[in-house]
Amino acid sequence: MAEMSGETLLDVRDLGVAFDGEGGAVHAVNGVSYTLREGETLGIVGESGSGKSVHVLAMLGLIPRPPGRITGGRVLFEGRDLLALPERELRKVRGGKIGFVFQDPMSSLNPGMTVAAQIVEPLRIHLGLDGRAARLRARELLDLVRIPDAAARLDQYPHEFSGGQRQRVMIAMGLSCRPKLLIADEATTALDVTVQAEIIALVQELKREIGMAVIWITHDLGVVAGIADTVQVMYAGRILERGPVDSLFSDPRSAYTLGLLRSLPDLSRGRAGRRRLHQIEGAPPDMRDPPPGDPFAARNAYATPRCRREPPPLEQAPGAAPGHLVAAWYDLPALRAAEEAA
Amino acid sequence: MSDLGLIENGVGLPAAAPALRVEPSPTREFWGRLAARRSAMVGLVIVVALMAMAVFADWIAPYDPIATDWGAIRSAPSLAHPFGTDEVGHDVLSRIVFGARASLGAGLTSVALAVALGLPFGLIAGYAGGFLDLLIMRLTDALLAIPFLILAIALAAFLGPSLTNAMVAIGLSATSTFVRLTRAQVQAVAAEEFIEAARAVGNPPWRIALRHILPNIVPAILVQATLTIAAAIIAEASLSFLGLGQQPPDPSWGSMLNVAKNFLEQAPWMAIWPGASIFLAVLAFNLLGDGLRDALDPRQRT
Amino acid sequence: MTPAPYPLLSVRNLSKHYPLRTWWGGRGSVFRAVEDVSFDIRPGETLGLVGESGSGKSTIGRAVTMLNPPTSGTVAFEGADLARLPAREMRRMRARIQTVFQDPYGALNPRMSVGEYVAEPFRLHRPTMARAERRDEVEGLFARVGLDPRFARRYPHQFSGGQRQRICIARAIALKPSFIVADEPIAALDVSIQAQVVNLLQDLQDELGISYLFISHDLRMVRYLCQRVAVLWRGRIVELAEADALYDDPRHPYTRRLLGAVPVPNPVAERARLRAAAGMPPMSPDAGGALVEVAPGHWVAGGADSRV
Repeated sequence: MAEMSGETLLDVRDLGVAFDGEGGAVHAVNGVSYTLREGETLGIVGESGSGKSVHVLAMLGLIPRPPGRITGGRVLFEGRDLLALPERELRKVRGGKIGFVFQDPMSSLNPGMTVAAQIVEPLRIHLGLDGRAARLRARELLDLVRIPDAAARLDQYPHEFSGGQRQRVMIAMGLSCRPKLLIADEATTALDVTVQAEIIALVQELKREIGMAVIWITHDLGVVAGIADTVQVMYAGRILERGPVDSLFSDPRSAYTLGLLRSLPDLSRGRAGRRRLHQIEGAPPDMRDPPPGDPFAARNAYATPRCRREPPPLEQAPGAAPGHLVAAWYDLPALRAAEEAA
Repeated sequence: MSDLGLIENGVGLPAAAPALRVEPSPTREFWGRLAARRSAMVGLVIVVALMAMAVFADWIAPYDPIATDWGAIRSAPSLAHPFGTDEVGHDVLSRIVFGARASLGAGLTSVALAVALGLPFGLIAGYAGGFLDLLIMRLTDALLAIPFLILAIALAAFLGPSLTNAMVAIGLSATSTFVRLTRAQVQAVAAEEFIEAARAVGNPPWRIALRHILPNIVPAILVQATLTIAAAIIAEASLSFLGLGQQPPDPSWGSMLNVAKNFLEQAPWMAIWPGASIFLAVLAFNLLGDGLRDALDPRQRT
Repeated sequence: MTPAPYPLLSVRNLSKHYPLRTWWGGRGSVFRAVEDVSFDIRPGETLGLVGESGSGKSTIGRAVTMLNPPTSGTVAFEGADLARLPAREMRRMRARIQTVFQDPYGALNPRMSVGEYVAEPFRLHRPTMARAERRDEVEGLFARVGLDPRFARRYPHQFSGGQRQRICIARAIALKPSFIVADEPIAALDVSIQAQVVNLLQDLQDELGISYLFISHDLRMVRYLCQRVAVLWRGRIVELAEADALYDDPRHPYTRRLLGAVPVPNPVAERARLRAAAGMPPMSPDAGGALVEVAPGHWVAGGADSRV
């Protein structure tokens, strides 16, 4: 675990995003607030529709508007509000100080351009390098992401790379301008598990070398357990829980986090110790008409009447590690203790 | 889908039972989206009005369209003849009203023929594949190499001048378009996983083609048919203009133009009204077809 | 390799090859998607088929159900070799063998109400069934998979991914088949929905005694759901054993590599795993070879215990 000392790099305050559609507006992100320090790795965990990807795309001006729109909030990156920046300034930040890696490397790379041409592009735009210098840097980047024989592969096209190598190229592009922040949005979801392991190891190494902060967005709690300093669990456009990784996994305070952890079968548990898989009943709410209270209340056996009425604020969980926040009206450890006693 | 939340909560039985009502099928929603498009609705209104005019021509037309009035030859529009009269004293308004039968009738009939021929051949080519596909597609390619209107004129000339033959000629000329479209659509749908799922439960090939593929390609065919009707109306007008379609004295917008071209300076109304009618009908079918295309969204994934 | 007294399904020497054409359309080499694969599935058993993309696991699923028949090999099922069954007989056999597909969005016909969709097996295989009886059966199936029977009149786009997969499962169990190929049935579902579907599959097996071929890349779920597991690598089975033996004592280097790559949802253990994985040697390309029984019911390609 990293020490909690760095300067605040990113400060998201009350961010709201909605999409207008035929059946009414979809409130995809509702009042999301958090901070990220320099050099920190933040794991954001959530299902489809949780707002985990949308809020990041929205803060960088990457959602189509319309139908998307920012309903409120501000996003301070190195002290500047990204939401207030003109598109031209924002473009300098994207791919410059903030690098990206998306889920599908094939559709994010242009199939008709060589890899070199695609890596060189941001280098010329953001760093103003000339052709020769940019190409030299592109080669360094492919070396950096451990693509063997980088010099020869620069002039190949994306289809000549395997899925894992394409994702390495994407990471190289994300890192090309030495970003302060790398955002990986389901970057390993489409990859095989052994390739995923390689990509995770690579990002870990690069983080040590470059010292950037990382936001790792995923649906897989296992992936963030080993690499994140802080984990944030999102559901229905809100943060339900956030805390230092060890505290969050060992002492979950949101019933949703607990449910997710318990629904994962244990790889080391044999058939003798086999119990029925814990399942979270129901499905996420319709974001066109979100419930008035805690969005998880309808699926939560621990929910109180207040949960259904009033959305709980994200606050320090009593008795948990400092910085371990939860949005819940119920006291999960107490309820579980009572359950075990019964 | 605003009631999705209701379904979602508790997977099983929703807390509040929704009233049993007609469920929005994809087809129903398709028409709903169409209704929301103004230009498509304008097109639809004009199309319906023109069809009503053709069907109820006997009641609408003030005069017999082939009755000649030697006392009123090439007379300008007046209260008695709002659209004027032609060179033998036919009432132009009445001929426009009855001419809609020839124009719209030819448009609809020829396209119906084209679909009736093109759809089965396209289904066979797209789904059966192999030698049949090769044979059908090479024939189609050969026909498509000839421009639509030229082919229609050649066929009409071969069959002999009459409105029926013109319809057949136009229909045959348009068939290859529908073969090609159907085949492409069938191939796209056949690659979908639900077709494999249909095979997995034991559907025989004919049932897959009719029950699983056909309903999914109907919207695309409908769009193409609507747009082709517009082209067929122009084709009928062209054939009649050349004397290969509707024969005198029976009225058709195209043949009216043919006569009118000799009197453009003396009696411009003889040309203006049939010309405007053709324009309006073609515009209306195109607007409707474009609207259908926009409303067509077969993958309504959330 | 016949450990079961009465295998329900017996696959022997199954191969699926695709001819590769040269650029001028001539006959080129052959792509061996699946090569010489043999396994049994016992009544009421779940056999897991794991491997990475391109390993041939879905090809095997589609070959044993004859949706994409094998190039060679036999698939013995309830006394018949499916690979040699005429098309009409095979269609009849489909009442006994069903498939649940990966993508519940693509597997439903968008222009068919879900009730009609679930009723289709009855129409095909019980053509004399009365309409009212068929409706009752469909309602019962909806209830069985945890859906409101009133939803039968709705269309697929009105359902979430988890609900669609339930609809697909309802159709698959309609005729009480003895065997279901489940091809990545939870891969497209959200984490909180996956357990619901896996529990449903397990309950149906307990109730109806269905055997599953569970094809998945989710090694945690495979251990949970399957009695035995086969590991595929480049179209071949490299290890096949009881789930406990395979996970607790993996013999093939590829199996070890695969299991070692699964993230653990426990920060301390996961950090330790990442450190250990960093020192793993790359895969040697010649880890194939014939399967040899190294322990009762535990088969490994190449035979000799390759533990270092």
